[in-house]
Amino acid sequence: MKWWIAFWNILVKDMRAYYLKPPNISWGLIFPLAWTGMFFIKSGSGLESVLSMIPGVVVVSILFGTTSMLSVTVTFEKKGRSFDRLLLAPISLELLMLAKTSGAILFGTANAFIPIILAAFLTDLSQAAWGAVIPAIVLLAVTSTFLGLFIAVSVSEVFEAQTFSNFFRFPMIFLCGLFFPIERLPVFLRPLSYVLPPTYGADILHGAFGIGNALPIPIDFALLLVFCTGLFFVSLRNIRKRWII
Amino acid sequence: MNDASVNAIAVQRLAKRFDEVQAVADASFEVLQGELFGFLGPNGAGKTTTINMLTGLARPDTGRITIAGIDCTENPKAAQHLTGVVPDESNLYPELTGFNNLCFCAALYGMKKREREPRARSLLEMFGLADAADRKFAGYSKGMKRKLTIAAGIIHNPQILFLDEPTTGIDVASARQIRQLIADLHRGGTTIFLTTHYIEEAERLCGRIAFIVGGKIVRIDTVVNLIQPIQEKHVMQLAVANLEPALPGKLAEAFPNLIFKALARGLIRVEADEPIRVGPLVRFLENQGVEVTEARRIQPSLEDVFVRITGIEADAMRKEKEKKGGGGL
Repeated sequence: MKWWIAFWNILVKDMRAYYLKPPNISWGLIFPLAWTGMFFIKSGSGLESVLSMIPGVVVVSILFGTTSMLSVTVTFEKKGRSFDRLLLAPISLELLMLAKTSGAILFGTANAFIPIILAAFLTDLSQAAWGAVIPAIVLLAVTSTFLGLFIAVSVSEVFEAQTFSNFFRFPMIFLCGLFFPIERLPVFLRPLSYVLPPTYGADILHGAFGIGNALPIPIDFALLLVFCTGLFFVSLRNIRKRWII
Repeated sequence: MNDASVNAIAVQRLAKRFDEVQAVADASFEVLQGELFGFLGPNGAGKTTTINMLTGLARPDTGRITIAGIDCTENPKAAQHLTGVVPDESNLYPELTGFNNLCFCAALYGMKKREREPRARSLLEMFGLADAADRKFAGYSKGMKRKLTIAAGIIHNPQILFLDEPTTGIDVASARQIRQLIADLHRGGTTIFLTTHYIEEAERLCGRIAFIVGGKIVRIDTVVNLIQPIQEKHVMQLAVANLEPALPGKLAEAFPNLIFKALARGLIRVEADEPIRVGPLVRFLENQGVEVTEARRIQPSLEDVFVRITGIEADAMRKEKEKKGGGGL
């Protein structure tokens, strides 16, 4: 069995059928732009504040791009029973789900670079530590995608996937230190911040863009990896339990 | 028949429960290589659950499944490269064209582009879908969807094909074409596991049949062996204009050697071991004020066997199913 043929074709099919469709491309452009604009206006400051907003906007772009797309597409395919066709293919469930999530990971990664490219026209990014930025973006995209997978496996209707996604996403915007430090949160909310994966991705990006990080970068990466692996295997377990009944 | 080397499918004491419902209970059977095996039962009898367990879409609670000699009980993936599945509802991708759907399904089985594209084109041709190859699956008619779903199930030339209600809900012409395709695949050496609620379809296509009722397999035999005892019976059907509930009882009293059964739509079924004399029957009914509109001899069929074994009128089962899917034979 040439597994890579199956892997590649699942990825290409998803990219063509879902991620490269004009409405989704515009989602990738408009959403980060709208967020950037909103926080820029709210801050009331000049172009010097652009750099401090990049980490938050990048994380939001990844989070919304990946979780929305993956949870909706997987739920849609499960509901239409075309997902059963994938389960009947002679490839392992691990490989199948990696193929299924690769499209969303690429989409999330591409989304993350839109605000960075836009910011490059407005401020000097030459001091950014790209060696940390790029792996952080990829790892954040993988973690968010697996969060989307976890959501997809937990629901049975497309509208549930959307509402359940928001249950996670909107609190994360305010709890993960994206636009203001966790230290400014009420004390009772702070422990919650540290159980949410974007906190660590945002911390790496804050450090990499010279804004200042709270935790050592290797710890941030290690914790993101733990979340990423944990979400993937919990989702696989749930698929076996709920979908292969 | 217990030699795994000649069995395409061997199932031992398979069971599956969903909450309070015992979907499949202690099912054991074998399907020989190259056989066209029918799996018949009323709605909710456990047919689809059995197929799901055999193909890896459901986990059995107990029992053992062997596909082409490979034990798949713990690892259903082990034999998935040998099997093709056509589910009871078309499950291809609505946003892909017919051609792209087939190519995608072939790729899932590791077929290279130079293998899958000619194979997809030849299947589209074979199923009369060549003109619709570049149309999106969402725009196909029910019959076309069904045909493409079957084509997708055999794109990788599986040794064993599971067909779950392949002709449900499609027009007569498409159903006839699909039955012909199934017969051709069987002639080509593919082992076929067919579930259907069309008894005539099973009688026409299958070599052996298993009847499943309430999750239990109640009978497995060849079509010839199943029909033979019932063919020795003499059967007649009377159509009457005003069928009262008490009429079969009155008839049974007057004609103790005959067995009467009221069917739907003013029909009375008459069975006997000896040839049935129509004259006395019609006269008796007319004396009772019942108008006989038709009397005809019935050739006993597998449907009679089904009714006898399951206690369910095949007609009622068919109607119930068609309410969901439409179409018919």
